[in-house]
Amino acid sequence: MKRILFCLFCLCISFEAHANPYMETLGNGLKVVVKEDRRAPVVVSQIWYKAGSVDEFNGTTGVAHALEHMMFKGTKKVPAGQFSKLIAEAGGRENAFTAQDYTAFFQELDRSKLPLAMKLESDRMKNLLLSGKEFSKEIRVVMEERRLRTVDQPHALLYEKMMSVAYQENPYRRPVIGWMNDLESMTVEDVRHWYKRWYAPNNATLVVVGDVDHEKVFRLAKKYYGGIRSSSLPERKPQKEPVQKGMKIVHVEAPANLPYLMMGYHVPVITDAEKDWEPYALDVLAGVLDGYDAARLDRALVKENGIAVSVGAEYEDIGRGDGMFVIDATPAHGKKVSDVEEAAKAQLEKIAKEGIAKDELERVKALVTASHVFHNDSMFYQAMRIGQLESVGLSYRDVDVMLRKINEVTAEQVKEVARKYFVDGNLTLAVLDPVKGGSRGE
Amino acid sequence: MANKLISGFLLLLFASLAHAALPIQHWQTASGARVLFVENHDMPMVDFKVEFDAGSARDVREKSGLAKMTSHLMPLGAGKLSEDQVSSGFADIGAEFGGDFTRDSSAFTLRTLSSQRRKAVDLLAAVLDSPRFDEKILDREKSRTIAAIREEETDPEHVAEKAFFSLLYPNHPYGLPPEGEIDTVKAIERRDLVDFYETHYTAGKEVIAIVGDLTRAEAEAAASELSEGLSPDKPLADLPKAPYPASPIVRKIAIPSSQSHILIGYPGITWDDPDYFPLVVGNYVLGGGGFESRLLHEVREKRGLAYSVYSYFFPLEAIGPFKVGLQTKVDQTDEALGIVRKTIDDFVSHGPTEKELEAAKQNIVGGFPLRLDSNRKILDYLALIGFYNLPLTYLDDYTKKVEAVKVDEIRHAFQRRINPEDMVTVIVGGGG
Repeated sequence: MKRILFCLFCLCISFEAHANPYMETLGNGLKVVVKEDRRAPVVVSQIWYKAGSVDEFNGTTGVAHALEHMMFKGTKKVPAGQFSKLIAEAGGRENAFTAQDYTAFFQELDRSKLPLAMKLESDRMKNLLLSGKEFSKEIRVVMEERRLRTVDQPHALLYEKMMSVAYQENPYRRPVIGWMNDLESMTVEDVRHWYKRWYAPNNATLVVVGDVDHEKVFRLAKKYYGGIRSSSLPERKPQKEPVQKGMKIVHVEAPANLPYLMMGYHVPVITDAEKDWEPYALDVLAGVLDGYDAARLDRALVKENGIAVSVGAEYEDIGRGDGMFVIDATPAHGKKVSDVEEAAKAQLEKIAKEGIAKDELERVKALVTASHVFHNDSMFYQAMRIGQLESVGLSYRDVDVMLRKINEVTAEQVKEVARKYFVDGNLTLAVLDPVKGGSRGE
Repeated sequence: MANKLISGFLLLLFASLAHAALPIQHWQTASGARVLFVENHDMPMVDFKVEFDAGSARDVREKSGLAKMTSHLMPLGAGKLSEDQVSSGFADIGAEFGGDFTRDSSAFTLRTLSSQRRKAVDLLAAVLDSPRFDEKILDREKSRTIAAIREEETDPEHVAEKAFFSLLYPNHPYGLPPEGEIDTVKAIERRDLVDFYETHYTAGKEVIAIVGDLTRAEAEAAASELSEGLSPDKPLADLPKAPYPASPIVRKIAIPSSQSHILIGYPGITWDDPDYFPLVVGNYVLGGGGFESRLLHEVREKRGLAYSVYSYFFPLEAIGPFKVGLQTKVDQTDEALGIVRKTIDDFVSHGPTEKELEAAKQNIVGGFPLRLDSNRKILDYLALIGFYNLPLTYLDDYTKKVEAVKVDEIRHAFQRRINPEDMVTVIVGGGG
């Protein structure tokens, strides 16, 4: 008897799947996306502002992230510290994150507490106090965060320097957390200016996933956000990265025992989910190189030749700025950075010349297709995906398009992108040179 | 229309069934493995976690790193399959295979589409039953592990963690670094792996957790397959209980860094500890409750001295640590340390206020559904309940036990269990 109930339940879910998620745009421009997921009596609510480090200017790098911290420091109605306290007492978890392309704030709660989250989140969209006293303490916390995540982490430091060299015009060259000197000289006025410039309903997407009824969520959104006025947003310049004319090399000296290298190649990202094909071919290439333990880079550099102790490939196919395909590796004892660089290039050249095998292509597609299902186990991840896509100028509907497009990639296309982009003139090589002793700090 | 109505009705019915309690099914396979299973057909996927009493607590000092190396090498070649064939085999069906290694246990995790379940289970069974422990691969992985240990010598967080455990657990296997030391890893030989495997990866010590889209009969068949090829049970000695420090220990380690990494600790609790609830609920107030905790308030919110500051109890079989941690710019070390010590002392002396306790309960009880809102989270709880022999009603009773905690119970429990005078303190950084 129970079995039959379960099966009917599945049918009902798949029947609904066509409409779910649901989207509505309020009169003030706030986009609201709701995905019903009834597996547990909880809800995740995320608000995504299309304002990240790409929107910053020299001298005030890190301001997007500093404002994210200040968003917890009180409004007229909800004094400093109260936001977190109220969410915690409702059994909720909450936090925020800032990236190159966006800043997002989230709460995870029992489904009955969604109105509380919306009330508090909508309040701080416009009514933030931004007191100088709170700022002077919080900017010290941000500097500690920079020390923790970047200054004392040689690999993170190398990544920061690589990005700052690889990009010349595109703002991806600036670190999200900001340069230390900019943090030291940042004022509450800088943060206030940022807040006024970008925090508006017509620059945001509200994403709600969980055990909710979408109509009710739309009504709640109207109630809490509907009264906030839209603002005129500044024009965003494209700041396209000019074509790189020749290899760039950067060295970083830091206290470490082992050398390490990163190789960054400029590549495109998805701008039109349906028409583009190169980014999907690059996704497959990343999978063939490093998508599973027996993938090409690990097999060749670590297992067969013992040139490296670890190697990886990373490519993010969406973004507001220009894309980058990064290979990183730690040379094995007695091997030089140049040995590893050559071995990695040899793998890319091999694909550019000979292409990839049919079973590799099918394997990577199987991995991507399965992970598409697996990701839906996490409500938080589902909301993340919707928010990311909406914030980089794509649509939440593109999730399915992107999966189909990856499955349409041919071996020939993978060969083509390997040939086109993985040339020295398009490469930034970043090398970590270990030094003994030598204090860290900026 | 009629269809819609019926679905809606069933949905309600299902919801009430599922949310009353987590319907855990439990049995033992013919070869002796204990199985915990939650059937759930919402998504076309299945999760497995197979756990053994084979963590680094089973290491000896001369060969520390052996337990971890054994679990690391098991998937790198099994039976007729080479390491690449195992990895490609999982990838071909889109399955995600992984490991989860702690001081107490060694676990393998497998996530697969339900349509590929049989192939995925066959591969996992091969990894469990017939690891090759190939000499060449062992040599390679030893070099890689040694390189990683060398690299970690310059990472203040890792150096602090390693020193913390060695000082808190002298002459106890918890004091050994799970990855081993350079010399002890060098000393590991193939026959050590084979011996360790045969002694510790036995069906009688195996816990199998399964969640997802399969029937009870299918789960039984999978569990049998994942246990029948293992050796029968061999008795393992109980771990010695952790010793308690008799006097304060402060260790400063100067390595180049802009921040000091500070860890303070004391032996804490086990999973079935009678003081578990007063201590864990109390710790929410001290340093576990994120922005609501006293430590975060004093160190970060009031003074801007750190980005991260926390305290937690990490339960382990032979008493896991109570641990307080933070990182701060080197020249602020003394100031931050003073504030942290005072906050701990105050809390141990006076306990939380009624209001603080109420807020802690509201968060833990109100947020309980978030702990079980995905198959992955349910899987981890099943494995936890199975591995530590917790009652099957553990999750059902959890919130009731939290609700029952009283202020003076917390105070008494902290005073009985945590002696702020004799804590271990590790300060790493600022050198160079």
